[in-house]
Amino acid sequence: MQTTNTEETTTLQLVLAWGFVGIPLAWGVIQTLINSMKLFQ
Amino acid sequence: MSLLSFLDRSHTIAKPGYSRWMVPPAALCVHLCIGQAYAFSVFNLPMTKLLGISQSGPGDWKLTELGWIFSIAIFFLGVSSAVFGRWVEEGGPRKAMFTAALCWAGGFFVSAIGVYAHNLWLIYLGYGVLGGIALGIGYISPVSTLIKWFPDRPGMATGMAIMGFGGGAFIASPLSVWLMSKFNTATHVGVAETFIVLGVVYFFFMIVGSVIVRVPAPGWLPAGYVAPTQSVGLITRNDVFVYDALKTPQFWLIWWILCLNVTAGIGVLGQASAMSQEMFPGHITPVAAAGFVGLMSLFNMGGRFFWASTSDYIGRRNTYFVFMVLGFLLYCTVPYTGKVGSVAGFVLCFLIIISMYGGGFSTVPAYLRDMYGTRYVGAIHGLLLTAWSMAGIFGPVIVNYLREYNITHGVPKAQAYNNTMYIMAGLLVIGFICNFFVKAVDSRFHMAANDTRGKEPVGAKA
Repeated sequence: MQTTNTEETTTLQLVLAWGFVGIPLAWGVIQTLINSMKLFQ
Repeated sequence: MSLLSFLDRSHTIAKPGYSRWMVPPAALCVHLCIGQAYAFSVFNLPMTKLLGISQSGPGDWKLTELGWIFSIAIFFLGVSSAVFGRWVEEGGPRKAMFTAALCWAGGFFVSAIGVYAHNLWLIYLGYGVLGGIALGIGYISPVSTLIKWFPDRPGMATGMAIMGFGGGAFIASPLSVWLMSKFNTATHVGVAETFIVLGVVYFFFMIVGSVIVRVPAPGWLPAGYVAPTQSVGLITRNDVFVYDALKTPQFWLIWWILCLNVTAGIGVLGQASAMSQEMFPGHITPVAAAGFVGLMSLFNMGGRFFWASTSDYIGRRNTYFVFMVLGFLLYCTVPYTGKVGSVAGFVLCFLIIISMYGGGFSTVPAYLRDMYGTRYVGAIHGLLLTAWSMAGIFGPVIVNYLREYNITHGVPKAQAYNNTMYIMAGLLVIGFICNFFVKAVDSRFHMAANDTRGKEPVGAKA
């Protein structure tokens, strides 16, 4: 991993990394938002 | 390359071409996992029925006994972040995040054995002690790394990570309930299996974070960013050694600012459901109160990003002035909303208050970076988190005991929280005064250019 002098980050790597944390977080936020709507019912 | 060598700080130094935008997801991998701590209460009721299954039976644990699990974890969060802060800073983020992953997953596995053997002490040891250590190490390490990668936007960077800590409960709570429903049988509650699955999933997530994390090369700066050549106002260009920071009055002023801000928020956060129902009987039902608590959690998370990012533009000290002044006004307004029966006003007040509670957590690392430089900011942040542990005791105690005192002295339930609100407002006045006295750190505490402390990172094979 550390044998070359550069370590170019690709767009795909960025999308995968953000998706890896973003998708579970978005799911959790949506679940919480659905529950929160009970306040207005 | 051996595993230990792979974990070294020297092997995490980014090479040219590495995007700093890979670091926030790495930080979130850890914070989203350890943020589960906020959702641990979903296990409380099921763990009171491990023997009785459908209801608590003889020999089942009581809620008061189970409440200690979270308290021990938060206590060890403060202790471990203070004790291991320097090691985290000098050993590098990968080693720290890997250690946090081992402790966090290990805590769940030991707790699963505790549930299986019905031994509460094993759960105190597993989730409380091991999990608490993971919380402390896992909390400060990514924050410190992000500050070094985003010298142009340190507030936004720390806000992203600490937002993840607030958001971790959103994932953990429904996931835990779903897992328990899958493992639940007529003779079995399913908590032990849920702990094992969570331990495996969290270990995987945190390891991914530790693999992709990097530290910037010495002297690296973001493209187009010109570092200021001299200190401006409270923002220093010098570093302060971790233990020298303890000798500065600024550390203790910020310690109290954090403690008071957290005390004011944490007290109402834990009692929001009961408080809303008692202040508005007949208007806010238990179901609506649960929705209110969920909405508060969202503002708690959003406030972490919003306020820390805002602090990049208006300054850290001014951000805390906003917390103290606006918080004071809102706490004083809450009794009025109860008096006139304004549910909307009550909800709005608490949503803003709770956003500033979250903002207090996320803005403070950038405040420390301004005062003490970047080299030991993680370790200093670790020492400061003892204020959180203290506030975790003060806040709920003030709210609970004052409510009890008022009710036993004949105050109607709808007004039982009024004095508490005024006391919280008073705490913020003290916080305002502390913030007012924060000045730039005296130059005698600055590390000299030839200071060798911390120059040779622990484990580095220079």
